[in-house]
Amino acid sequence: MEAKNVIELKNIEKEYFGNKVLKGVNMTVKEGEIHALVGENGAGKSTLMNIIFGMPVIHSTGGYSGEIIFNSEAVEIKTPKDAMDLGIGMVHQEFMLLPGFTITENIKLNREITKHNPVSRFLGPALKSLDVSAMRKDAQDALKKLGMNVDDWLPIAGLPVGYMQFVEIAREIDKKNIKLLVFDEPTAVLAESEADKLLDAMKKLADRGIAILFITHRLDEVLKIADNITVLRDGEQVGQIKNEDATITNIAQMMVGRKVERIERNTRTSEEKEEVIMSIRDLCVDMPGEMVHNVNLDIKRGEILGIGGLAGQGKIGIANGIMGLYSATGEVIMNGKKLKLNDPRESIENRLAFVSEDRRGVGLLLDNSIELNIVMTSMQIQSKFLKPFLGAKFLLMQDHKAIRAWAEKMIKELDIRCTGPTQYTRRLSGGNQQKVCIARALTLEPELLFVSEPTRGIDIGAKKLVLDLLVKLNQELGMTIVMTSSELGELRSICDRIAIVYNGKVQGVLSPKDSDVDFGLMMAGKYDLLSKEVM
Amino acid sequence: MKNLWKKSIERYGYPKVYITIFLILLLIIAVIQKQSIPDLLIDSLIRIGMNSILVLAMVPGIVSGTGLNFALSIGILCGILAGCIAIEMRLVGLTAFLVAVLINIPLAVVAGYLYGLLLNRVKGDEMTVGTYMGFSMVSLMSIGWLVLPFKNPDMVWAIGGRGLRVTITLVDKYDKVLDHLIKFKVFDRNLPIGTLIFFGICCLLMWLFLRSKTGAAMIAAGDNQKFAEASGINVNKQRMIGVIISMILGGIGIIVYAQSYGFFQLYQGPLMMPFVAISAILIGGATAKKASIGNVISGVILFQALLTISLPVINKMMPEGNLSEVIRIIVSNGVILYALTKMGGNE
Repeated sequence: MEAKNVIELKNIEKEYFGNKVLKGVNMTVKEGEIHALVGENGAGKSTLMNIIFGMPVIHSTGGYSGEIIFNSEAVEIKTPKDAMDLGIGMVHQEFMLLPGFTITENIKLNREITKHNPVSRFLGPALKSLDVSAMRKDAQDALKKLGMNVDDWLPIAGLPVGYMQFVEIAREIDKKNIKLLVFDEPTAVLAESEADKLLDAMKKLADRGIAILFITHRLDEVLKIADNITVLRDGEQVGQIKNEDATITNIAQMMVGRKVERIERNTRTSEEKEEVIMSIRDLCVDMPGEMVHNVNLDIKRGEILGIGGLAGQGKIGIANGIMGLYSATGEVIMNGKKLKLNDPRESIENRLAFVSEDRRGVGLLLDNSIELNIVMTSMQIQSKFLKPFLGAKFLLMQDHKAIRAWAEKMIKELDIRCTGPTQYTRRLSGGNQQKVCIARALTLEPELLFVSEPTRGIDIGAKKLVLDLLVKLNQELGMTIVMTSSELGELRSICDRIAIVYNGKVQGVLSPKDSDVDFGLMMAGKYDLLSKEVM
Repeated sequence: MKNLWKKSIERYGYPKVYITIFLILLLIIAVIQKQSIPDLLIDSLIRIGMNSILVLAMVPGIVSGTGLNFALSIGILCGILAGCIAIEMRLVGLTAFLVAVLINIPLAVVAGYLYGLLLNRVKGDEMTVGTYMGFSMVSLMSIGWLVLPFKNPDMVWAIGGRGLRVTITLVDKYDKVLDHLIKFKVFDRNLPIGTLIFFGICCLLMWLFLRSKTGAAMIAAGDNQKFAEASGINVNKQRMIGVIISMILGGIGIIVYAQSYGFFQLYQGPLMMPFVAISAILIGGATAKKASIGNVISGVILFQALLTISLPVINKMMPEGNLSEVIRIIVSNGVILYALTKMGGNE
């Protein structure tokens, strides 16, 4: 007998503020099927999940178009509660558990089993007492189904991360009507052995007839357990393949493949690029969520070096570590001189500059003027834009004329759209805020410029302007640029070389002209696999 | 009309517009009650000068990112102590005032430094911690006033000869030295021109300071701590400087206040003073994160004028003994409460 469709998505589309993030996705998940959904960051996976789970963010931004058929009935899922009532469960990437409660209490939260006591008979059901033994039995059943052997009366706080994940799943399967379980990158926080256990549990659940939708970056896991695989790229459904036909290589290719528009630039002669401006040895950076472990990398004078990789693999941490924003160990040699780490002042004094990925958090003084933003770092560290007060050398005042002139020059050169140099940066659009950050970095006249996620959260027109600007700086001023970005296409359009970071390490350095397969595999940490196949 | 309303709200914010309307209303009632308007205005002016420096003391705290200085009473205590030392030295006139200001500075620097060390350990909770720190120090100094070895019979208790009195009069010492520094009579009343000029000079110095290199670093540290760190600015040091300057100004502020008022109030006197200053600057349009000299000037004018004018007006409206005093407390605390709800700015 053919298994029944649990959920069927038909031509799902979604726009955020005129920006299409899902362009007609079709997929079905059958009873007992494990369906994997893979794609790069920003491919639209999370948006799709939010639609299925009725997250408020979808409806507050104008809803979606298309049809969802659940159990052969067209449904409209407006709230997470609707989804739960239908029998859709979700296991989140971040745990939604109360740390002070026991495992049982967490599993049964708001669905407690109660029994009457003398007081509640008079004063109503709100005062019924908990049937702890029945609750514990249910909880133990749910845990057993997952193959977990743990005391259900332990508090959540102090459990290993892997266990928390299982408790989260146990809570979902304890709901009696559960038909579809969505796993949002469940293995991202787990160690390998824990991840294996989780995959086993998923298989067990599928055997019981529950449909599973599994979102992940890890391609080997996909191959191990998924029956069907859907690949998303830029909101488009680029392929749907069965497990038998899938290999890591063809999934990787589907994930990454895109037309690369290279911004034309004069390539320099090779010997010019031989001189190493900075060499990084055994750099470890303790940046939560973006840990860097023993990175070795050489940056050549006059090049644009790209650092790519998936989110959370550590690419962001490299620049932050060198600039002293997060604690780092290792050795960074700049122009033959060892750079003192963990000291932002020292980094800036050595003519490094940084445009942070966290524009509003680190990059800007939101409640101050554009001009003050642009000159602040240079004023504090290089003592520029200052003049003595009434001839007293130790009383340094801001030189307003010089600041204004410089700010106006930068506004004109970088084409910052604003009402004037005194406008507060909070009121600027994302692209113009980014230009202010770049202007501040340029004011330092750096030899080496780190740019992290320069195009995140800004519209397409502004993206191109920012990238063109980086190329211009590189060519006209000979500035060495290290650009970190999640968008591979962007890196491939302007960089000379691209280092791919996976699991906190540099997996390899590629040329922008290398094939999609190489990039895809390297980002998934499976590059060595390819070279083995070739041999 | 609607447009004008909208525009003025946008330009000046709700608190300023409401308080101004209320103030005009009070003045109209005062005219109807046939009160002497020039007297009311001159009284307001005197109170504005009296409180001005205390309000200005809020600025460096806010700008450096430690929020409203609820512990300003610590600076005030330093100022009172300095003022008492000047009396103990049997100084009089402008010399006494200036010596008090000078003695205040090292005291406030030490107190501000210690308090700054504390604040740098409780980032994010400065205002709550500050409130109770202020309360504690006022209580501690209540013991201090009793045991400090002051000898001048004008200040110590007449019986026993130990411990300072609750109110210390400045008559024959430095009462009104600034207020009457420049004699300028209108309607037979002396205007506090000297105090206002002194306030103006302090504002100018603060304005210049905020435009110096250190001032810029402080603004950066206060606006965005991470930005400041990434720019190589020592955030804790900037916060420390902000707190210390705030405390120094608090001390100078109370000395200015006392010379105009004519008394020092010891013991529980400084307890609620920070709240008055905080309300004034908030009504002036400052928030816990942003303040300017303009906020100080407009705030102290509106707040003090309101308090000064409301009192006689309400007195006339309800002559029944105690009731007017009750209403006055309701009005002044009501304005403080309203100002505190505006701490986050106009959202």
